[in-house]
Amino acid sequence: MLFLDKHRPRSLEQLSYHEGLSTRLKALANSGDFPHLLVYGPSGAGKKTRIVATLKELYGPGVEKIKIDARVFQTTTSRKLEFTIVSSLYHLEITPSDVGNYDRVVIQSLLKEVAQTQQVDTAAKQRFKVVIINEADNLSRDAQAALRRTMEKYSPNLRLILIANSTANIIGPIRSRTLLVRVAAPTETEIVGVLKDVAGLEGLKVSEKLFSRIAEESGRNLRKALLMMESVYAANEVVKDDTVLLPPDYEMLIQEIGRDMLASRTPQTILAVRSKLYDLLTHCIPATVILKTLAFKLISEVDDVLKPEVIKWAAFYEHRLHQGSKLIFHLEAFVAKFLRIYEGYLMGMDF
Amino acid sequence: MASFFDMKARRAQAAQQSANAVPSSSKKAKDPNRPVPWVEKYRPKALSEVTAQDHTIDVLKRTLQSSNLPHMLFYGPPGTGKTSTVLALAKELYGPELMKTRVLELNASDERGISIVREKVKNFARINVSQPTPEQRKLYPCPPYKIIILDEADSMTQDAQSALRRTMETYSRITRFCLICNFVTRIIDPLASRCSKFRFKPLEEGSAMERLRDIAETEGVKYDQGVLEKLIAVSDGDLRKAITYLQSATRLHAKVEVTEKKVVDEDEEMVDVEEVKKGVIPATPITVRSIEEIAGVIPEDTMDEIFAACQPRPGHASIYPGLAKVVKELVADGWSAGQILSQLYQKILVDDTILSKHKNDIVLIFSEVDKRLADGSDEQLQILDLCLRIGLILAKP
Repeated sequence: MLFLDKHRPRSLEQLSYHEGLSTRLKALANSGDFPHLLVYGPSGAGKKTRIVATLKELYGPGVEKIKIDARVFQTTTSRKLEFTIVSSLYHLEITPSDVGNYDRVVIQSLLKEVAQTQQVDTAAKQRFKVVIINEADNLSRDAQAALRRTMEKYSPNLRLILIANSTANIIGPIRSRTLLVRVAAPTETEIVGVLKDVAGLEGLKVSEKLFSRIAEESGRNLRKALLMMESVYAANEVVKDDTVLLPPDYEMLIQEIGRDMLASRTPQTILAVRSKLYDLLTHCIPATVILKTLAFKLISEVDDVLKPEVIKWAAFYEHRLHQGSKLIFHLEAFVAKFLRIYEGYLMGMDF
Repeated sequence: MASFFDMKARRAQAAQQSANAVPSSSKKAKDPNRPVPWVEKYRPKALSEVTAQDHTIDVLKRTLQSSNLPHMLFYGPPGTGKTSTVLALAKELYGPELMKTRVLELNASDERGISIVREKVKNFARINVSQPTPEQRKLYPCPPYKIIILDEADSMTQDAQSALRRTMETYSRITRFCLICNFVTRIIDPLASRCSKFRFKPLEEGSAMERLRDIAETEGVKYDQGVLEKLIAVSDGDLRKAITYLQSATRLHAKVEVTEKKVVDEDEEMVDVEEVKKGVIPATPITVRSIEEIAGVIPEDTMDEIFAACQPRPGHASIYPGLAKVVKELVADGWSAGQILSQLYQKILVDDTILSKHKNDIVLIFSEVDKRLADGSDEQLQILDLCLRIGLILAKP
């Protein structure tokens, strides 16, 4: 088992940072008047862990017995959709964006079905069921609109917990019906603390300097930090303060691309870079991640004057990635644009 | 029949009736302790209770008396009382009993494709109305038509809307439609022209404040000074938002029973453990800061920090390093990019030290970045781009 799962906190008391938030969640769970929640924050901040802990506070240990169902839904055009639901006696967990554009169908039929059935178990602590919706920011507008009235009408039987990375794509009416809960990423000191705890539990040698380097590298992402720590301990027999942290393979490849681009600015470079980009894409690295990592790698190497320009074009082509359909075009366009700007700058031309 | 048009007499009768029927009504309210969202609890029960839409309510009340209702189209921003108004209207027309059979409410959570309009809506529209019992007639006007409420009509497809056209006319003798939407432009013209339109304007501060104060008083909520003002400010005229925030804040500040971690040393006396359990944090008054936190508003000093990072550095040093750090922290703290955008916009708009021509250019950037964010672009890149470009413009003479 990974450290990540092995040492995941299971109850609200065990959570180590954002104590104010934990007490508030506890207060909500015990008040008997639990609202709909919209939990948002960057990945690896502990959104899911907190929610599962809250559920346990609400219903007791029963929520940990989960089963996985595959349900079939039928759209109006009688297309059949397979959809997986993770559920316990008291809650359901769905990821509607799995079915792409048909998420509305799932929301409409599934949620209504849950909402219209009452809790039969009289021993249950709460009268309502909780439905957790993952990746709520990927829900289509239609699906979100379908949620609106359901949330109000069936509030006795149903509570929703929406999980999102940002609230930018959540429509206003949903935001005004939910309690917004922001889960900020842990600070680097907090990450170091967690790493130390885990290392202590595992009986590993603690090295403060190494941990603070991991925390810095992880970009305040606790999941990433824990995985990095585990891999460091797995790769090296003796871990010292200056043990090399190997970045993931894809980052090394991107770094290589960046180096190529800075070294020579010719059509041949584009050709060489293209094959590497394809390599990354076929390994299912999201294009946004490629572009973002590449841009920040380049920025650390170029002159200050160029930096705003590079960001400008990175932002421009990142937007194009979302609008267009063929990823490689936009990645390559960014590469070509950068070569052009950089060459122009070296030649002393006005770019 | 004589009393049919006499609203006053009928009201008086209704009041008397309900006064007599105290035991039955209290029996009907199932489980009063059941927690209800305040938005539902304080939804206006009668037309006269709807706040701050005087013109619309006036017109509706008059049509109520003439017992002839046109097809209606309600439009306006969220939380201004559109759904509340039509539900209150239906209740005044039919009373709770008859309302179940006379009103069909469809919203975006129901399937509303063209097939539903053709079948469900049409079938309901086609049914003749039943004769109300004399008792019901005494209390309510019970006009001889049904009402179909199409809530959130702007999310209906064009096809479904055009399928409604003829249905609305054919059965107008026995059915009235009420369309509710946020954007009147999304309703196709032929439908819009068949309805009389009612615009719901965003609530003005006075009436929203009054309503909030009423609710806070009824619920016994304690709050600091300036909380209500803050609620109004963050909710931009959306009363539902303000009420939800108020309820959330109340929950957060409610008393908490601290159950200390039971360090159950089985060998020790059990009495000790129980004493530890009794800690209770009493309810605290709601603070302005907690309202901001609930609404996801970024604290003022954080905004100042970003704004300062955008300012040109002395001696033409690059603003990039400082800015990159601030933006990274901001995104890691989970603030939403949309919120950053709108608050930075407000800040720049009212800042007199920025030249008007610069503001012009900056606003253009805001428009572009907002569009990109709406398309789902990466937040960190976009905010960084926005700030860097603002910085460049500010550095210009």
